[in-house]
Amino acid sequence: MKELRIQPIKSGTVIDHITAGHALKVLRILHIPETTSSTVSVAMNVMGKQGKKDIVKIEKRELDPHEVDKIALVAPKATINIIREYEVAEKHRVELADEIIGIVKCSNPTCVSNANEPVKSRFLVTSKDPPQIKCYYCEREPDDISERII
Amino acid sequence: MKFKGRDVVSIKDFSKQEIQSIFSYAKKMIPYAKGEKTTSILKGTILASLFFEPSTRTRLSFESAMHRLGGKLIGFAEPSSTSLKKGESLADTIRMADAYSDLIVLRHHQEGAARLAAEFADAPVLNGGDGAGQHPTQCLLDLFTIITEKKSIKNKHIALLGDLKYGRTVHSLAYALSLFGADLTFVSPDNLKMPKEVINECKELHVEPKSTTSLERVIKEVDVLYVTRIQRERFPDAEEYNKVVGTYKIDTELLQKAKEDMIIMHPLPRVTEIDPEVDRTPHALYFKQAFNGVPVRMALLSLIAGRKIA
Repeated sequence: MKELRIQPIKSGTVIDHITAGHALKVLRILHIPETTSSTVSVAMNVMGKQGKKDIVKIEKRELDPHEVDKIALVAPKATINIIREYEVAEKHRVELADEIIGIVKCSNPTCVSNANEPVKSRFLVTSKDPPQIKCYYCEREPDDISERII
Repeated sequence: MKFKGRDVVSIKDFSKQEIQSIFSYAKKMIPYAKGEKTTSILKGTILASLFFEPSTRTRLSFESAMHRLGGKLIGFAEPSSTSLKKGESLADTIRMADAYSDLIVLRHHQEGAARLAAEFADAPVLNGGDGAGQHPTQCLLDLFTIITEKKSIKNKHIALLGDLKYGRTVHSLAYALSLFGADLTFVSPDNLKMPKEVINECKELHVEPKSTTSLERVIKEVDVLYVTRIQRERFPDAEEYNKVVGTYKIDTELLQKAKEDMIIMHPLPRVTEIDPEVDRTPHALYFKQAFNGVPVRMALLSLIAGRKIA
């Protein structure tokens, strides 16, 4: 049996099956480390059954599934495992909502959502895997979503 | 088909059947638009006409349409006389217009402005052009003009010429012409090509547009030549603009190669792209096209206000 490079955690959240190379983008979406003071482990390019993947483990913090679903923008195949006493207590696959509000900044500098107006950025999801989104206001489709995450 | 109270932000807000229904009503509006018949169907209705950007045809034809329908107007033709000067947001300006009127028409320099306005207003919002974004009423009057002149759009060879990258009208027009089954050719300098998103939309509607930089190559075949101005104000830098301005010029010499019944359209204003001599040829349709803005906008205002001429 192969030994894991990162040890199991007692409690917290494990985000598995992140698209290889995208772990840091996932952390950016979750505003980590700003929003957590506990230990966060990141493993990149781990060989899994379906090829290389990234893994993120956040100790002593259970992420809200809705919050975590946002990471489907950069890692559509990711799974969320909530760990309690070294056991997987809950598991689910991330799923993008039909609309993304306040997470991605529109790439169009003259879009009204980038002006000083009382609205949050809003995108319609046109494809879930691979993730593709379209600005609700100006209809522009950003080429690199992860670069536009607020 | 329900039009009453609807926002008109993008041409995509309408189905093909709805567009056809607007056109059959717009046809009815022509004698009213010319002043040959009168109506007061929108008596007691106020249109807020908010033009944050300069406009001749869109603003005047909306205003003419409202007057011809017996309604009243409030608004401004440039924002310097409003609280926007004091830093008021578009959202707050829209809330005010909403309180003072029954319908709102908006032109604004930011893309998505009309969509935002529609969120903040209870009154229906008609997009009179938002930056390099949508201009659905222009699109409707363009389609109406082609259908009126050519009887149908299906399988007609239509060339869109000029600034296809930044040009606001051509994006929604390419989509709408595809919806009606036109045969499309995009003619532009290499750096002003039609964006891939627009080409993909045409393909989704089973139209395979051709692209070329040479007008000479297609002039003999086209039924409709839709010319656009290369707009200095849409270019991020002057150097890019200077490289392409004056690339295409429609003159009587070029038109000798065209089909006899080929029509030339232009959303106007034109600068140098169409020689004034062309105005006297039977090909020139752009002034009639501009007139068509009145019956089409009359039809829309009437339908959206929910008060129709019998």
